[in-house]
Amino acid sequence: MDTQPIIDRCERLYRDIDLGYVQEWKQRTGGKAVGHLPVYVPRELIHAAGLLPVGIMGGGDDVEIIRGDAYFQSYICHLPRSTVELALGGKLDCLDGMLFPAICDVIRNLSGMWQMMFPDKYIKYLDFPQTFNGAGREFYRFEMAELLLDMETLSGIRATPERLNHSITLYNANRQVLTELYELRATEPHRVPTSELYLLLRAGNVLEVSEHTAMLHDYLAAARHSTRPLRDNVRVVATGLFCEQPPLSMVRAMENSGCYIVDDDWVLGARYQLGDTPVGDNPLAAIVDSYMSGTVATATRYVEGDDKGAFLVEQVRRRNAEGVIFAAASFCDPALLDRPMGQKALAEAGIPYTAFTYSENTGQVQVIKEQAGTFADSIKLWGAVS
Amino acid sequence: MSSAEVQKEESMVLQKKMLGEHFETLSKAKENGRKVVYTFVPGNLNELILAFDLLPVHPEVNALQSGMRKLSGDYIQEAEKQGHSEDVCTYVKCDIGMLKKGNIGPTGEKLPAPDLLLLSYTGCFTFMKWFELLKQEYGCPVVMLQVPYQADGKITASQREFVARQLREVVVPALEQVSGKKLDEDRLRELLASSARAEDDLVYVWESAKHKPSPIDAYFGGVYYIGPIFTAFRGLPGCEQYYRSLRSEVDYRIAHGMGPTTPEGELRQQKYRIVVEGPPNWTSFREFWKIFYDEGVVMVASTYTKVGGLYEQGFRHDPDHPFETLAEYCLGCYTNRNLPARVDILAKYVEDYQADGVLFNSIKSCNSFSAGQLMMLRELEKLTGKAGAFIESDLVDPRYFNAANIKNRLESYFQMLEAKRQAA
Repeated sequence: MDTQPIIDRCERLYRDIDLGYVQEWKQRTGGKAVGHLPVYVPRELIHAAGLLPVGIMGGGDDVEIIRGDAYFQSYICHLPRSTVELALGGKLDCLDGMLFPAICDVIRNLSGMWQMMFPDKYIKYLDFPQTFNGAGREFYRFEMAELLLDMETLSGIRATPERLNHSITLYNANRQVLTELYELRATEPHRVPTSELYLLLRAGNVLEVSEHTAMLHDYLAAARHSTRPLRDNVRVVATGLFCEQPPLSMVRAMENSGCYIVDDDWVLGARYQLGDTPVGDNPLAAIVDSYMSGTVATATRYVEGDDKGAFLVEQVRRRNAEGVIFAAASFCDPALLDRPMGQKALAEAGIPYTAFTYSENTGQVQVIKEQAGTFADSIKLWGAVS
Repeated sequence: MSSAEVQKEESMVLQKKMLGEHFETLSKAKENGRKVVYTFVPGNLNELILAFDLLPVHPEVNALQSGMRKLSGDYIQEAEKQGHSEDVCTYVKCDIGMLKKGNIGPTGEKLPAPDLLLLSYTGCFTFMKWFELLKQEYGCPVVMLQVPYQADGKITASQREFVARQLREVVVPALEQVSGKKLDEDRLRELLASSARAEDDLVYVWESAKHKPSPIDAYFGGVYYIGPIFTAFRGLPGCEQYYRSLRSEVDYRIAHGMGPTTPEGELRQQKYRIVVEGPPNWTSFREFWKIFYDEGVVMVASTYTKVGGLYEQGFRHDPDHPFETLAEYCLGCYTNRNLPARVDILAKYVEDYQADGVLFNSIKSCNSFSAGQLMMLRELEKLTGKAGAFIESDLVDPRYFNAANIKNRLESYFQMLEAKRQAA
């Protein structure tokens, strides 16, 4: 099978700001849909209650901001204003509820704005533990139990242990095939262009998980046999893009600049948890424990001990990367405050890096392409400066 | 008017003395074998820190002091030279820059390095990153106290238990380790009882603004009034004494129909009564205040002065339930409340204090306050029927205080208030 029809479908889903797939799914199944903002929500819980989890990651570069700008000052990042724009334009009407994960103060406050704008909708702010001791686990268990009850109430479907275990299995399978795809891209980057992987991930924001997993398997099978030539590109990790997503044009510009992106942190929710969740007698506890025992060290999470930046350095080593591109959304506090710490860890490890900011509607990608290209050239010429 | 002619209240002088003594103690902390805990102002655990005889340092206070002393601009640029983004919190950059330039405190003496970073992050994610950064600089231990957000506008039993349990199981052991002492709960109770007495007096002071003329300015003057109780002094006799003194001053002014003391003199002729949302700008604090003084504006209530507790809603530190009361205090701070709750608080201020309008001072580098303020303003106008004003500045970055622009906007706003008054 050719990868192109799959990618064409993904791009149509990516461009569909009306969420046509979600509307069609609701009509077909009679079910309800719940939106969630980045970075991570436990989608298994939503799915187990018979609901469709829908990742809302702003409007990208396809939405003209008319009303959204009236809600935010110029120094607030772009994602909330395009999300408000989508909502006020009726584009999110098909969502029966909205979850706001604890990421930063802007998304936190957006949850309150939503409460005022849509008083008749189900809205929940999800607080995640930043402290990974007994008290943190107990708090998170309570939060998840409450969320599950809310999801059941919204759908009218009880998330029995059987249903939860089934959903856990489906999301484990999705995570596994994504891991395989990421590994293939790292080992043979010419077979999995980053822009295609990005579109595949974005498709997972809307598609029902089984359908998405099947799509990923189809793509993986086709990609293993792709005949694209291996180029003399520099292998880089892209980091800082965990919330406001880059426009597709920017991802393409980065990979056309002489870089193979061999790891990244965009659309991170699907890969946020490091291991699988075991099925068993107490699936809710398993979801909680899996989160508590291992997630990626992204900027929205507190890192205990002296390991700040260690995850990034390890990511570079594991992927055999030659450098790091810090790409942070403008005014993104977590990414920009985290950046000096990541850069310090890289400098100590002798790993080169470059940094720039973007927004989801960045139109001037040529500058980014030139910067990434210069970075790639400098690594080719001089290698790591240690 | 020269700085020599600045008018000061007696309590201001008392506070200056308290601060001077505190910073002197800090400067000698290491030679006197005292251990130092850095922690943040909102929802701080001052009584608990004092119960271990530890010395608290509040990085935001250092930053704002640097702002008022016109040092923050250089500090921020120093941090930006080190790779910190222009887009992020200027308190953080000011603190990092101050550290890089020798960590000289407001009294000109060097601040001691922390023995512990107590990361009690209430209502602000940036605090978390701030102490991650400081940990790299100082290499000292960090203890995290996670305080959940009041997303539904109320404190739940689960949240209270989560915070109280962390206090018992994580924070107290960390403080015991750094101090080398076991917690003396009786001492903690004494400190909490003292806090409650000072809190009673502070509420009296806030509510005095219901008088006409208001004997206080609850924003510009208010930032002085919160100084002792939000920082290193809550729980100490000196703090109680400060609030008794302040209350007496306020009583005197009420009895004599006087307005608040401002740097320009008493504000007796009060044309407009305004409620303020958001922190002040510190780099041009006096200039900012003077704009209002010149227009005869008195601030009758403010939300910034509630970042360390909304005592007027009834909360008092309760010595009978030390951990639960500390948990509730942490959870209850203003910026830990959701936006609808913040709108309700503002609307109640407008009503209770018979305000003519509401001013939003939107701070560029404080998303915790600023994100959503434009919507809050619209909601508030709908709820109260009062006109709001919206200006933008920053905490301690002088590049973002445009006096002419702010003055123009405010003059237009007050003209509008006047026109509305004439039409009524």
